[in-house]
Amino acid sequence: MSTDTETIESLVKQEYKYGFVTDVESESTPPGLSEDTIRHISAKKKEPAWLTDWRIKSFRYWQTMKEPTWQFVKYPKIDFQAISYFSQPKPKGDAPKSLDEVDPKLLEMYEKLGIPLRERGRLAGVAVDAIFDSVSVGTTYREELAKKGIIFCSFSEAVLEHPELVKKYLGSVVPYTDNYYAALNSAVFTDGSFCYIPKGVRCPMELSTYFRINAAKSGQFERTLIIADEGASVSYLEGCTAPMRDENQLHAAVVELVALDNAKIKYSTVQNWYPGDENGVGGIYNFVTKRGLCKGKNAHITWTQVETGSAITWKYPSCILLGEGSKGEFYSVAVVNNMQQADTGTKMIHIGKNTKSTIISKGISAGKGQNSYRGLVEIRKSAGGARNFSQCDSMLIGNKCGAHTFPYIEVKNTTSRVEHEATTSKIGEDQIFYCNQRGIETQDAVNMIVNGFCKEVFKELPMEFAVEAQKLLGVSLEGSVG
Amino acid sequence: MSKQPILEINNLHAGVENKKILKGFSLTINAGEVHALMGLNGSGKSTLAAILAGREGYDVTEGTVKYLGEDLLELDPEERARKGVFLAFQYPVEIPGVNSTYFLKAALNEIRKSKGEQELDAIEFLNLVKDKIKLLELNEDLLKRSVNEGFSGGEKKRAEIFQMAVLEPKLAILDETDSGLDIDALKVVSSGVNKLKRPDSAQLVITHYQRLLNYIIPDFVHVMADGRIVKSGGKELALELEAKGYEAIVKAQ
Repeated sequence: MSTDTETIESLVKQEYKYGFVTDVESESTPPGLSEDTIRHISAKKKEPAWLTDWRIKSFRYWQTMKEPTWQFVKYPKIDFQAISYFSQPKPKGDAPKSLDEVDPKLLEMYEKLGIPLRERGRLAGVAVDAIFDSVSVGTTYREELAKKGIIFCSFSEAVLEHPELVKKYLGSVVPYTDNYYAALNSAVFTDGSFCYIPKGVRCPMELSTYFRINAAKSGQFERTLIIADEGASVSYLEGCTAPMRDENQLHAAVVELVALDNAKIKYSTVQNWYPGDENGVGGIYNFVTKRGLCKGKNAHITWTQVETGSAITWKYPSCILLGEGSKGEFYSVAVVNNMQQADTGTKMIHIGKNTKSTIISKGISAGKGQNSYRGLVEIRKSAGGARNFSQCDSMLIGNKCGAHTFPYIEVKNTTSRVEHEATTSKIGEDQIFYCNQRGIETQDAVNMIVNGFCKEVFKELPMEFAVEAQKLLGVSLEGSVG
Repeated sequence: MSKQPILEINNLHAGVENKKILKGFSLTINAGEVHALMGLNGSGKSTLAAILAGREGYDVTEGTVKYLGEDLLELDPEERARKGVFLAFQYPVEIPGVNSTYFLKAALNEIRKSKGEQELDAIEFLNLVKDKIKLLELNEDLLKRSVNEGFSGGEKKRAEIFQMAVLEPKLAILDETDSGLDIDALKVVSSGVNKLKRPDSAQLVITHYQRLLNYIIPDFVHVMADGRIVKSGGKELALELEAKGYEAIVKAQ
């Protein structure tokens, strides 16, 4: 009584609607990576000497490192000399002073992506920093946020305008020595978002960054730093898309979060980089290091991610639970279809007493996709009374895909409690038939079943984006079942 | 006035892979009628239900099935459902995370759309659903839960009848709806079925035991053995079956 496998396979196809290229004149550095490249980027951004030195140190360290091979993904060796490390739309005279001066072509592109940079419309009430290739093209609602003392700007501006904050926190959560791609990012990072919420301030609107890769042969290496001071809270969202190209493009970002006493940071990602075609040609390599430090007492960091794009996803948004009673949460939906590969999960490092963490991971595999959950729960000796709950569920659609779970648990004291649950299910032909029998066609049934499967994660997303995420999931799995 | 035939099954032969299960099954059901189909396990009752609903994996080798004059076997399962064929499952599946109300609204609106009727909005739907809940004396909690998730056997069967009440099928097939029910649940389910009886629709009640027919009074009872109907009669046939056992009736044929 099985749904015919051939029908499933013949219908596996995926449409990517953000695959267009914007025709703007851009200036890119020639491909290649050396200390000169880095000095060039640093000079271009008028950076202070300490930052240039930090980049060079990172680069030298990176040269001593080897590309990691432990992750459960396969790809040809990356030629780091073939990548252009800096690309920006050609400035017309001086840099735009306000959004009114931004190239209309860029504004139009963001409109097309559904991310209006004008402070009105569908996303009115959400502040956006728009990153196009290597630079920020605009940040909305800055003045309004500034009234509350909130700093929300591009990373490059933060370096120039708030060097003391950047210097204090840059690399404090993800040191340049952390891993291969973090070292590379520290050497060549170009732009990203910076956010500081002062003591006791609740950020009155969602903050978001929208990343767009446009230029060919370029990599995107952004750096994001968010600091919530004592008692502050902020909800932050990032989205990403890229044109369809036959070559693979590298996206190696670093995101650092710092939450002080009683501060709360909620970081949500809807990742929809170009995944490559059904034969696995093209697509983004999404090799990202994201980590949050719960530095103060009762600090709280939540990572929510919906990962549907990229040829390869390799990321583990993690929490270091240093402050007593601090709390880390990780909610993830990762979807692979066609030839996509994902190796994603989290690390929860419990250091402080009575720290708590929750991990809910939902992996969906269709086509020939390979989906791995990899997670570490480490409870140190100092973390008496710590608690963790992990739940990792996998759903398979068709029989050519794979789901893998690699949980690591280390507990160094006797007063902590760790729970781990894992399930793997095949999307039931029985479930689909049941829906059919009630008049619901197969594709709608799959969307419904998958969305039900992911519900626990979607409910963690900010409202506007939960709806987007559900739609995105529908698009990603289009035609995955016959 | 001749009655309108809803379902006409004529000399149906069908099976899975190399195993023949239905061997010349014929049955006509008219509007307003309730038919009970009884038989031992393995006689082909559930196979018939599955084929009528359009489940994949069965080969029909001979015979015809007409539904409202149309070739039923040509239609996809969802098309059959939209045209009013409803199967109350013997083992309703769980769909975790999918809210029952949402599910049922999607189903009803698909059916309405196919009939060219306007889709119901959330409020209209909720009013409809509340009426049906009252009619069947069910607990409103049902609406807030995920489709069949964590339901007891009895709750699942009640939920099936509730779906039937909302979708108002032309032909309802109840596949062993009584199995696994205690007497109280049986009463609730069968009184629901009785309330849903309408002159323009029909019900095919598949059961193993006579006890369900104490509550759902059929117009016709058919005894099935080895893939076809061996005896048909009125409601008294069920009592005879209970008294004498299947063996005696099947052998006497």
